[in-house]
Amino acid sequence: MLTDQLFERQHIRLAPPDADRDAELVSKWTHDPDYLRALSADVAKPLSPGQIKKQYEEMEKDAEKHNAFNFALRLKEDDRLIGFARLWRIEWTHATGSLQIGIGDRNDRGQGYGTEALQLLLRYAFDELNLYRLSAMTAEYNIGAIRFFERSGFVVEVRRRQAIQRDGKRWDAVLLGLLHDEWKREA
Amino acid sequence: MNLLTGQLVSLTAVNPDRDAGIIARWSRDSQFWRLAHTDPALPVLPRYVKQKLEERSIELQGFAIRSLADDRLIGLIGLYTIFWLHREAFMGIQIGERDYWGKGYGTDALRALLRYGFDELNLRRVSLSVLEGNERAMRSYEKCGFRYEGRERQVWAYDGRRWDEIFMGLLREEWQTMGNEQ
Repeated sequence: MLTDQLFERQHIRLAPPDADRDAELVSKWTHDPDYLRALSADVAKPLSPGQIKKQYEEMEKDAEKHNAFNFALRLKEDDRLIGFARLWRIEWTHATGSLQIGIGDRNDRGQGYGTEALQLLLRYAFDELNLYRLSAMTAEYNIGAIRFFERSGFVVEVRRRQAIQRDGKRWDAVLLGLLHDEWKREA
Repeated sequence: MNLLTGQLVSLTAVNPDRDAGIIARWSRDSQFWRLAHTDPALPVLPRYVKQKLEERSIELQGFAIRSLADDRLIGLIGLYTIFWLHREAFMGIQIGERDYWGKGYGTDALRALLRYGFDELNLRRVSLSVLEGNERAMRSYEKCGFRYEGRERQVWAYDGRRWDEIFMGLLREEWQTMGNEQ
């Protein structure tokens, strides 16, 4: 039989992004520079709920072209929003894509939610979208993220030397990859 | 010295009216397409290329590479993603005219582009990636000082097998110590 549940695990579920409902909270997360700098190499800046809504509309355009699949992460228990997960930059002819996961509030980190989200996202990428490989990018200073991806089988493949400059120091951009065959599918 | 002129070529503006026909002809060369683009190979009409050039949405719309000897369009080159925050840019080059492969035209164009990137745009780093097996391109990049930084495994699917994408980078200091500053 087909797998019975692609969108849920023990504690969290993949839900559709809902800007009307979530923009206030997501805006609050963007006032934490550590969160923003862990998430990407872009300029860290706080965004208003209105700006968040606009960002979500842009992301939806990619989703309509099927180049991206965006999810809100919610706790099953009380439906509270804890973060987001997305598959993007999908190249259908080559069956490849990239992924990104964020847990917004620092009190929700270290609870295993990120790992559950990653497991859900990998299953969706490999079992539903039939992708061949996934890429993830982070920075040398984000040791937690490198370990996080490595635990699920990702391998560090590229270090773009000194590509990121922050707090007066230069850091490598770290690119990781996971092939479908290397994915540790759970029973 | 002209920033954008080398020994063999000059980097000039792309002229959609004049250049679209030539660039469209390159699209009939499927091997060239695969080395130059990541989307599926496809022959395209001049009017399609012209429209893309005018929208500035074609890959590598940066500069036209023209041979100094006869002002002929032989390829395109550009810094196509610039991260201003970190002063890093990705570069790409394509030589569509096969007669000009392996004769130093690409390397000459690349040197001019690096001069532009480091001396005009004040970049700290120039990055590139190249399909596994494209030895001609890799030799040229190494000649210009690029260093190997890793490979994304099995990213591309062509001809029934998977191919790696090789990443290379050149730091400003490395470029300067190669004697490019004078």
